[in-house]
Amino acid sequence: MCLGIPGEVIELHPEQPDLAKVDVSGVRRLINIGLLSDDPPTPGEWVLIHVGFALSKIDEGEAAAAMQFLEGIGKAYDDEIAALRESLIE
Amino acid sequence: MRFVDEFRDADKAHALAAKIAALCEPGRQYKLMEVCGGHTHTIYKHGLEDYLPESITLVHGPGCPVCVIPMGRVDDAIHLASQPDVIMTSFGDMMRVPGSGGSFFDANAEGTNIRMVYSPLDSLKIARQNPDKQVVFMAIGFETTAPSTAMTMLRAAAAGLTNFSVFCNHVTIIPAIKAILDSPDLRLDGFIGPGHVSTVIGCRPYEFIASGYGKPVVVAGFEPLDILQSIYMLMVQLAQGRSEVENQYSRVVPWDGNLVALKAIAETMELRPYFEWRGLGFISHSALQVREKYAAMDAERLFQVPGVRVADPKACQCGEVLKGVLKPWECKVFGTACTPETPIGTCMVSPEGACAAYYNFGRMNRNRVAEVSRS
Repeated sequence: MCLGIPGEVIELHPEQPDLAKVDVSGVRRLINIGLLSDDPPTPGEWVLIHVGFALSKIDEGEAAAAMQFLEGIGKAYDDEIAALRESLIE
Repeated sequence: MRFVDEFRDADKAHALAAKIAALCEPGRQYKLMEVCGGHTHTIYKHGLEDYLPESITLVHGPGCPVCVIPMGRVDDAIHLASQPDVIMTSFGDMMRVPGSGGSFFDANAEGTNIRMVYSPLDSLKIARQNPDKQVVFMAIGFETTAPSTAMTMLRAAAAGLTNFSVFCNHVTIIPAIKAILDSPDLRLDGFIGPGHVSTVIGCRPYEFIASGYGKPVVVAGFEPLDILQSIYMLMVQLAQGRSEVENQYSRVVPWDGNLVALKAIAETMELRPYFEWRGLGFISHSALQVREKYAAMDAERLFQVPGVRVADPKACQCGEVLKGVLKPWECKVFGTACTPETPIGTCMVSPEGACAAYYNFGRMNRNRVAEVSRS
């Protein structure tokens, strides 16, 4: 739960400016980008996601490193992705 | 892959290790605490202690949000969940944490409705789908997670939802670090500062450690080389007799933190007079409660919460592990009565807990690493 997982912003929600669709390891879900309202991410940018909220913008290199770290930790990351799949954010 | 190699390069790790070793004063012992459970995880997974000279000991800190929740709060949550017409929502990590009468999973077997969610925002949808139920979110975590709860509360308020509330167990890292600094059990030389917490609070809150206690702090990333680099930065400060706050993880952590997040927390929550931490006992001003302005979303105001203090099982030594006084394997029940499948203490439940990390990855000894690196 304390994991920060990298996701690529795919598109901003057309009606709700604090939501964005992101791609995390092929799983596409809505997340909240309200915490980055001072400098909102745009499609193609990467963000560090924690429990459904983008915490900070990161560059692609950081995203790749974070992803390797997460894939290496095994079950905790699998659980996180499984939880993300079930996510109901709207 | 080229990106990742920068953080994993074994040659770079050995070069850093040699620079760290060169900074050790003969005869001096160094104790450095990594505050964050994510760092503990990296340290065990990559056997980083084996890259370090014998005179440097890494001490594992209290930065595992699940680990520090005391049994009494688990019991309180189960009590709330067992009220009529309540659906409780919780992160998956909490589901197996033992209370005095069992875990959330055990409670569900007895008839409560505690649902796992990925995000506090998921609770809002559950609340909309169940207008005749009160949906109580079991909020846990440090400053990394508190903004998500705060933003969810603000969203619920904006949407006019009246059946969503929060059982607030958010804790703050600074008072816990201060409690450790003030503890006579342990003398530390420096701190590897938490990464994700610092994306929210920034680096300034650690300045009292450097100025008031004379200990260096380096906020660190999660890759093995990040941690070795941070240890090197700490050792340079110690060798030069400096104590400052430095940011090794500036590619993610802004010095001033995330002001939107801090504002959301301040709008919805305030410090509690005191809060019990597993292993550390009661620490004043160390946790957050819902502000009166949002009383309609405060499960502790909406329901009677027993608030009974429950002592940890006698065999469990999570308290000593969380304070860094004991290493996981020094606990009497580690790996025997207490395993990730049947945890007695919280440190074995969470993947960020020191015991679970150690149990899952074991530890290569220093000689073995020397052999591997020669081969």
